[in-house]
Amino acid sequence: MASQKQERRLTFLATALPPIGWVVVFFLAPLAIVWAYSFGQNVSLTEVDISGTFANYARALQPLYLGIFLKSIFIAALTTLLCLIIGFPVALAIVFAEERWRPWLLLLVMLPFWTNLLIRTYALIAVLRTNGFANFTLEWLWDQGSWLMTLVGLEPLGEFTPMQLLYNNFAVVFGLVYVHLPFMVLPLYAALDRIDKSLMEASLDLGAGHLRTLFSIVVPLALPGIISGIIITFVPALGAYLTPDLLGGPDSQMIANVIERQFKRANDWPFGAALSFLLMYATFAVIALRAYLARGKSADGHGI
Amino acid sequence: MAKQRAPLEYNRRWQMRLWLFLVFFFLYAPLMALIAFSFNNSKRNIVWQGFTLDYYRKLFNNDSLMIAFANSLTIAFLATLISLVIGTLAAVLLWRYRFPGKTAVEGAFTLPLVVPEICMGVSMLLFFTRVLPWPNDLTWPFNLGSIVIAHVSFCFPFVALVVRARLASFNKEQEEAARDLGANDWQAFRDVLIPHIRPALIAGGLLAFTLSLDDFVITFFTAGPDTITFPVKVYSMLRFSVTPEVNAASTMLILITVVLMIIMMVMQNRAQKKAKE
Repeated sequence: MASQKQERRLTFLATALPPIGWVVVFFLAPLAIVWAYSFGQNVSLTEVDISGTFANYARALQPLYLGIFLKSIFIAALTTLLCLIIGFPVALAIVFAEERWRPWLLLLVMLPFWTNLLIRTYALIAVLRTNGFANFTLEWLWDQGSWLMTLVGLEPLGEFTPMQLLYNNFAVVFGLVYVHLPFMVLPLYAALDRIDKSLMEASLDLGAGHLRTLFSIVVPLALPGIISGIIITFVPALGAYLTPDLLGGPDSQMIANVIERQFKRANDWPFGAALSFLLMYATFAVIALRAYLARGKSADGHGI
Repeated sequence: MAKQRAPLEYNRRWQMRLWLFLVFFFLYAPLMALIAFSFNNSKRNIVWQGFTLDYYRKLFNNDSLMIAFANSLTIAFLATLISLVIGTLAAVLLWRYRFPGKTAVEGAFTLPLVVPEICMGVSMLLFFTRVLPWPNDLTWPFNLGSIVIAHVSFCFPFVALVVRARLASFNKEQEEAARDLGANDWQAFRDVLIPHIRPALIAGGLLAFTLSLDDFVITFFTAGPDTITFPVKVYSMLRFSVTPEVNAASTMLILITVVLMIIMMVMQNRAQKKAKE
């Protein structure tokens, strides 16, 4: 019947048009504008001429900006590595926890993840600042040490000088690890949970130590999850804005901070647009690399 | 005796327990301190001087902060509603139909999940200043429109993801049966498909709500001078000074998040129990 066919088509259009329309108008179009702007130049304060110039990209490759780019990649990589080292035992502990504890441990990992990023960063400021909790604790320890020294007849340690923990690169990495740790633990947990525990028992029964079992049984089997965790942590860490902005000093700016400055203070939108797209390309490269690795695996027949 | 434990009981080892304790201390101590010191009777945020609710009183009398709070909740509510509609349609579209260009559409729906926040914020800034300037003098809540649109753009893919996972377990014969019994497409959708995906709608909705409530970067670029959300307001307060008032405001938001999480957990448990029956 023609009317039924017509109804089918109407249903399809009613299903397809709203989401496709939305994503085109309110997501792809704005990105396309940024892309177009990256080939433009400032004509006056408010006008931009999209002339097809590559000058913005050339400027982005100057040592100053290239350096910030490389530094962002380094900081994100360091963050990811630290999250992996800290998070792996946590994921393992959740997998081996008793059934009734598992949801609660997962909740404990997820709760900070759901807490507002700004609030978590603010909480860290209170810990790390000159008269914050970390220095407060250190001072107390210092005083106790000093007291002990006099007790055994030595010179006291002298006045405590608070450590500069905030507004430097240390604070940025500390904050990024703090913020991104749940991103790492959850995929690691998902991967470790799927491993057949009898394989680990077999390895131990056959005489391998715990470390050897870990590195030759657990890690290879959990590799897809480990790679997911690395990507899921690295990508947002690379584009992090808030953490370096609030915890970093003048020398710990990351690429997102430079982009923000172009749009808000420096008012050089075409250059900011070019930097944004370089960051996007870097992100896509990482994701494509992962897809490529995953494809290679399944082609070998070892994929999961 | 230590020797008698099973080989895989890593959690019995003190090293593992110490590690877990340290990690959770690292994750929670700053937040706990933040919450505790919102009740501290002192301007200095470091030494405990006694319990007070003064900063909560100040918070509720701080009009601009309360407006920002109301704005954030309104935006999250509207963005969640729209994201649920768009996200569900996107999931159904990819699940039910085959059409030319499907891979591209699928890619476009997952793109917002991977594009860095800052790039999305910048694109929204350009879009709402150059293409679709949002009028400044609209009445509430229409003045929040640009932020709602921006939030929907990054929230709906999450809803689509959750709903699509749920659709995988749907038996298409149920829908055919409904049609055989005389239901049209809309009735079959409303009375058969929607009840099946309801748990996913709740989970996706809560996800979208928290994501929207959480967002700072994208809002920071989209918001005009008169449309302040809670995170943007806290950010400007932070730049200015660190006061216990900010602690109190943060505690309120943490409380909302925890309540939402608990609702989600309870719903999931109930759904699992139902599935077992």
